[in-house]
Amino acid sequence: MEKHITLPLTKEVAETLHAGDTVYLTGTIYTSRDAGHKRMCEALARGEALPFDPTDATIYYVGPTPAKPGQVIGSAGPTTSGRMDAYAPTMMSVGARGMIGKGARLPEVVEAMKKYSGVYFGAIGGAGALLAKCIKRAELIAYEDLGAEALRKLYVEEMPLVVIIDSQGRNLYEEGRSAYLKEKQA
Amino acid sequence: MREIQVQQITDVVEKLCIEANQYLPEDVQCAIKNCRACEDWEIAQGVLDKIITNFEIAREEQVPICQDTGMACVFLEIGQDVHIVGGNLAEAVDEGVRRGYDKGYLRKSVVKDPVRRGNTGDNTPAMLYTEIVPGEQIKITVGPKGFGSENMSAIRMFKPSAGLQGIKDFILETVENAGPNPCPPMVVGVGIGGTFDKAALLAKKALMRPIDSSNEDPFYADLEKEMLEKINQLGIGPQGFGGKTTAIGLNIETLPTHIAGMPCAININCHVTRHKTEVI
Repeated sequence: MEKHITLPLTKEVAETLHAGDTVYLTGTIYTSRDAGHKRMCEALARGEALPFDPTDATIYYVGPTPAKPGQVIGSAGPTTSGRMDAYAPTMMSVGARGMIGKGARLPEVVEAMKKYSGVYFGAIGGAGALLAKCIKRAELIAYEDLGAEALRKLYVEEMPLVVIIDSQGRNLYEEGRSAYLKEKQA
Repeated sequence: MREIQVQQITDVVEKLCIEANQYLPEDVQCAIKNCRACEDWEIAQGVLDKIITNFEIAREEQVPICQDTGMACVFLEIGQDVHIVGGNLAEAVDEGVRRGYDKGYLRKSVVKDPVRRGNTGDNTPAMLYTEIVPGEQIKITVGPKGFGSENMSAIRMFKPSAGLQGIKDFILETVENAGPNPCPPMVVGVGIGGTFDKAALLAKKALMRPIDSSNEDPFYADLEKEMLEKINQLGIGPQGFGGKTTAIGLNIETLPTHIAGMPCAININCHVTRHKTEVI
């Protein structure tokens, strides 16, 4: 199914999304990957606030290339999400709901998604030039010293995504593959 | 004896870093388009269409195909009759990488220590591979290597009794284990033989060979074909969403090895399998 969603990603909206849905996201998202997540979780452990309000927030696992003159942002495709598995449940526990990346997640992340109504979206890995087109504004908000891994606030329009794991724990990687294989054997 | 200034090497490395990141090699472009033509699963067709649009945008707008512009793997085949003058070779290569990644607006993805981390800020050092060959030229290849796929690579020291079946099972097991993580459709580089380290190098070199080429030995050419077919029966598909196109190429490189061993390394690459070569 094809859906057009405006952020923030509320619990109610999240629960209408299902594994395999094609989703076009519009609104504000935040970028973070390995080093940024580590810092954010360390800040939470010390009882400090995050550099952005995590309530109903969507985090894009990306480290973009530098913008060329005239560009909003450089190429900006997803990085492998599994490296954020150690931090994702903590992020969801403080309100973050959407995750954009690529690749498999651990069972504990899926459990946290079921508990907090999280959604894991897939962007096409390796399609950084294409994905940059839907990013209309980019602003560095924290951890500038991390370079490509710094936290950025992005405004995206109609960002093309696919729901990989939904808030019920259904998984496109498992269902898509088995549907294909079943069809081929039939 | 021919003298070559290190400055010339710096200039070529700079240029190749930028070009390799913006232009997907023809053989890879063709392989993706051919796979799109043969793909009959709807979601997979959609993904492949977007992948094709992406490398076309990168080429036309001269931007990186992928934001992971990689570690700069630099291969130098140095003619034995060349005398390199004017500075330190490794420093000259690093300077080329530094300039290329700066001028090309490429991402700096290298940390100075594997455990203590800390970005070097200029994507150096390059991973430098040198080989002495006959002649008086230098062949320079830059292959930026992303780590989403590098992380899914594997090496195993087989007993010779494992035989061909052991190798076949290991290839499928590694691709299965990689699943959606290395941005399929992937390219698979297989190195068999040599020592522990040489097998890994062979696997990396296999990724630098055009994917429309075959191993010169018909035995391994057949194995390449057979394993590519078997991988594409796994159903992982583009991005792991299901489909026929799990890999667009598989290259095997081999070396003689010890009577007691059969090393096998598998280097996984994504659909953005980049490399560019120039001879000076």
